[in-house]
Amino acid sequence: MALTGIQIFKMLPKKNCKECGCPTCMAFSMKVAQGAMKIEQCPYVSEEAKAELSEATAPPMKTIKVGCGEGEYTLGGETVLFRHEKTFVNKTRYAVALCSCMDDAEIDAKIAAIPAVDYERIGERMHVEMIYVNYDAASGTDKYLELVKKAAATGKTLVLGCDDVEVAKAALEICKDGKPVLNGANASNYEAMNEAAKAAGVVLGVGGASLDEIYDTVAALEKAGNKNLVIDATGASLKETYGNAVQIRRAALKDQDRTFGYPTIVNTVKLAKGDRYMQEALVSLFTMKYGSIVVLENLGYAEALPLFGLRQNVFTDPQKPMKVEPGLYPLNGADENSVCVTTVDFALTYFVVSGELERSGVPLNLVINDAGGLSVLTSWAAGKFSGNSISAFIKENIESKVKSRKLIIPGKVAVLKGDLESKLPGWEIIVAPQEAVQLVKFLKDLQEAGEI
Amino acid sequence: MPFNRKPQKFNASIKEVTIGCGEKAVTLGGESVFPFYTFDGDMKNAPKVGVEISDMGIPEVAGIKAYYEGCTTMAEIAKKAAAMEGADFVCLRLEGGDPNGANKSTEELVAIVKEVADAIDVPLAVEGSKNVEKDAELLPKVAEALQGKNALILSAREEDYKAVGAAAGLAYDQKVGAESAVDINLAKQLNVVVTQLGVKPESIVMNVGSAAAGYGYEYVVSTMDRIKAAALAQGDAMLQMPIVTPVSSETWNVKEAMASEADMPEWGPVEERGISMEIMTAAADLASGSDAVIVMHPQTVATISKMIKDLM
Repeated sequence: MALTGIQIFKMLPKKNCKECGCPTCMAFSMKVAQGAMKIEQCPYVSEEAKAELSEATAPPMKTIKVGCGEGEYTLGGETVLFRHEKTFVNKTRYAVALCSCMDDAEIDAKIAAIPAVDYERIGERMHVEMIYVNYDAASGTDKYLELVKKAAATGKTLVLGCDDVEVAKAALEICKDGKPVLNGANASNYEAMNEAAKAAGVVLGVGGASLDEIYDTVAALEKAGNKNLVIDATGASLKETYGNAVQIRRAALKDQDRTFGYPTIVNTVKLAKGDRYMQEALVSLFTMKYGSIVVLENLGYAEALPLFGLRQNVFTDPQKPMKVEPGLYPLNGADENSVCVTTVDFALTYFVVSGELERSGVPLNLVINDAGGLSVLTSWAAGKFSGNSISAFIKENIESKVKSRKLIIPGKVAVLKGDLESKLPGWEIIVAPQEAVQLVKFLKDLQEAGEI
Repeated sequence: MPFNRKPQKFNASIKEVTIGCGEKAVTLGGESVFPFYTFDGDMKNAPKVGVEISDMGIPEVAGIKAYYEGCTTMAEIAKKAAAMEGADFVCLRLEGGDPNGANKSTEELVAIVKEVADAIDVPLAVEGSKNVEKDAELLPKVAEALQGKNALILSAREEDYKAVGAAAGLAYDQKVGAESAVDINLAKQLNVVVTQLGVKPESIVMNVGSAAAGYGYEYVVSTMDRIKAAALAQGDAMLQMPIVTPVSSETWNVKEAMASEADMPEWGPVEERGISMEIMTAAADLASGSDAVIVMHPQTVATISKMIKDLM
């Protein structure tokens, strides 16, 4: 619970020494309450007051780091339950499941398929980030350790799904340098698991048969001094798992129950083993509702394309529009003789327009310049999508690459036609319709008329 | 110390709207909790799954064609759609009415609507051509042709709500779908003007706009999140209408679901991509608060209806 300025003031020595830079201790207290200054900036504050304050001002949900190097990911640290309230900060990460119950051929095929998905979408690299390595007791320890070795060799961040302490220790010996998550603590083994995780310096995953049991185990681990945790919210059924995931997050953020202030793991393999379609539905559901790591069996292009797009959308900052990179985007096999068409760099506009352009089948060079990530009319009104900006971009970047001297502009900025014609000598400016849905017919008509 | 549960109970609830007649009629809405928050309270009615069919026939997707194999008339297609495992209602989309497309006449389309309506006993939703002028003429005729069927007419928009809303909601006693473009204020404004026409709030279902995952989907999420919060936490009666979200009409038109395997070899089979896009978008819509989704592929219908069942 956040403290008020008055409450903080009471904990200070009240010397008005000004050494913190504030005129009075009261002024300093107010700034600390607002988060503008830190309590440590007071040279005379007691250790007890510091401890009490840092507890009170700590974020409701911890930020946990897993993996290392390029594969280091930050989980949790959320402050709101709905993205419009502020923003979601640390996106859901997806882990492909491997199990020691699989035969070697299946394991090798799965591992070989993991690097296949690797592409860029609006400036973000999309690839499989984690591997969930599940321990099957019946297949034995050696098989599991062999699997951990293979998984670690991929360089992906691992989540070890293993509740046998001795096996877990041996597995950690193999991969602890990659900072995996050890997901396997429960009410009966948490003390030994805690020691294993602490000794290896890795994050510990905590599960349980019910929300109450998980709660008690987390509380016990915190008492034992471990706050480097994630919570496995996976229950016996989908209904229970969804209830766990929502209630854990809500308890932390809305009700300030710090015991549940950790990131969560949801394992869709446990809920729908072998059903790839149900896993697709669930990975989407738990991206929306509070999974920090979601585990699934397949993450090929079919799953990745919608899933990473969904995640990119849900985790954008509502105050910052998504932008595409300025540049020349040839569509439908366009070459240097194909006509140019332009719109703004606002990602939503770009996707709608490029989708319609592609549907038309007409070869086109789509020219995108920096319009501040705003929609057509907004960026025009802000002077960022103007005769000057468009013509300058075309002269600098396009004229050397494209021979066609025809440019199609959005119907909403038809007013720019004259200005562009005077600033781009030799270019013919064609005005497109107002709405993107009319583009297909418009372009086909132009093509039939031999205009482009 | 056990976990102290703090259920989030609201005094307000989403209005219940029934579409269709007889035993197969379905009721949308009724919940007084956030989507699938059954740990807070009863959802009352499970969200519903509609199956989209089109006057343009069966789409060129192998799995869908296989499912409808042997169907030659719209009546047969509609029957087969209604029989799909997990289907709650059928949604007939009159995309052939688009003047920029096949430009079918109103008479022709109304005849198809009648054929479909007579063939099935599950509730029927009819979606227009997306062209405002055409729909203003077409949808009132559709509403007239469906008298006594208690159908859902999609949609009345800002531009044509008077024609569509008055015909569907007043003259012929159907349910009105009020469609707005991913903005809570526009959604509310449209509900206000439609009710001012005299349409009962209990006869309105909202389509607050939709998108495929990855295509500005954040607007869909936040619009629905905010509408449900306003409806339940603040008791805003003008936002308490249930939400229906057409999914297939968005998801099967994006590049990920359309680009052929020949063009994008590393992406793999096009149908799997289409199914995945449809399933993930529908699941996200339901998590954001849709009381019904409209999808197309039999696999999506089966998966999404099972997910809903397992969450209830």
